[in-house]
Amino acid sequence: MKRLVVVTLPLLLAIAAPASSAEDTLYQDMGGQPGIDRIADMSVDNYLADPRIKDIFSESNMERIRAELKDQFCVIADGPCRYTGHDMVATHKGLHLTNANFNALVEDLQAAMDSCNIPFATQNRFLARLAPMQHQVVTR
Amino acid sequence: MRLPFRALALYLGLAALASPALADALFDSGKLLATGGVSQVEGAGGGGLASWAMITGYGTRNGIGANLHYTAVPLPDYNLQTAGLAVGLYDRLELSYAWQGFDTQEVGGALGLGRGFVFHQNIFGAKLKILGDAVYDQDSPMPQIAVGLQHKENDRAAVIHAVGGRNSTGTDFYMAASKLFLAESLLVNATLRATKANQFGLLGFGGNKHNDYTVQFEGSAAYLFSRQLAAGVELRTRPSNLSVAHEGEAWDLFAAYFFNKNLSLTAAYADLGNIVIKNGQHGAYLSLQAGF
Repeated sequence: MKRLVVVTLPLLLAIAAPASSAEDTLYQDMGGQPGIDRIADMSVDNYLADPRIKDIFSESNMERIRAELKDQFCVIADGPCRYTGHDMVATHKGLHLTNANFNALVEDLQAAMDSCNIPFATQNRFLARLAPMQHQVVTR
Repeated sequence: MRLPFRALALYLGLAALASPALADALFDSGKLLATGGVSQVEGAGGGGLASWAMITGYGTRNGIGANLHYTAVPLPDYNLQTAGLAVGLYDRLELSYAWQGFDTQEVGGALGLGRGFVFHQNIFGAKLKILGDAVYDQDSPMPQIAVGLQHKENDRAAVIHAVGGRNSTGTDFYMAASKLFLAESLLVNATLRATKANQFGLLGFGGNKHNDYTVQFEGSAAYLFSRQLAAGVELRTRPSNLSVAHEGEAWDLFAAYFFNKNLSLTAAYADLGNIVIKNGQHGAYLSLQAGF
């Protein structure tokens, strides 16, 4: 009997306990760090292949952008990272980005998340956190 | 219909001829899919029955968008058709024109107007975005707010007066608030409209029962199932100005499918309630929009 309790009690607790918030974050829903790294890499690949926006990156250090994007996506998704890159206003100053540029970046990110099989509703939870950056990034 | 369309085509054609690169930048189709909305029943950017605060088309604040639409609402005893065009200028100002035909079919015969008697209405609309951004302001509860008007001219003044309507022309004024709750994939719209219109103006404006402006509500909520598909519900209250017929609220269940930024199809089940001597006017609502 005692043995039965020892075996079943943790099992019951495990079933009864709601998924803890730490496990239920957007970060997890996006596949953790491997998932986010893949999304960031595919997004950058899409940017560089997109005739609407590829010229924006002609002077950029793409390896640095890839690394900063991975950190930034991780932080935005509540992952255990620290973004140590440049702030958004400084990074985009002088690029004279338009709303159409910003939305092209969004569409390429959406395509990357599609390729990584991120469900649409999860994509929107992530995009909702990125959307206000329009105010800092778009200057034209 | 002809003159504004030709003026628009001429303007767009000239701009495109002047410089293809300039035209690309001006007609940027830079908004995200579906965020320009579809064409509501009176030709403004919006849903079906309800208007939105969004400026129609896919032009951003640096560009111009425009579209054409055709809507059919085949009801049990009537047939409503709308065709129109709209331009969105710099995601700030929307100008629209719509033509409506309201075929009374057998009812026209029963009322002595003649079988298949048709009311026609021209609707000239303008909408100005004044505050907020429905898409980008995800860090605040602030919706996008726009004010607009729709001036309507009905061609059947004599019949309108005979059924107790006061005017064959009228102007609606509205304020619309739209908010995309992106994390929830939900779009919500609420509009207050000051109007005297009977059945959207198809039966004139003002009446022998009431002849003052009243403030009516229209609202909609849509869930985004994908970037291409949104579906939801709309409600629109309306005044009941004529003693010959009670006019109540209209509502619909709709799905809008965006093939791309150039083409969308909206299909709905719409219930317009009682229209003159016929109750239960509900049925399909179909709308096609093409533009950029």
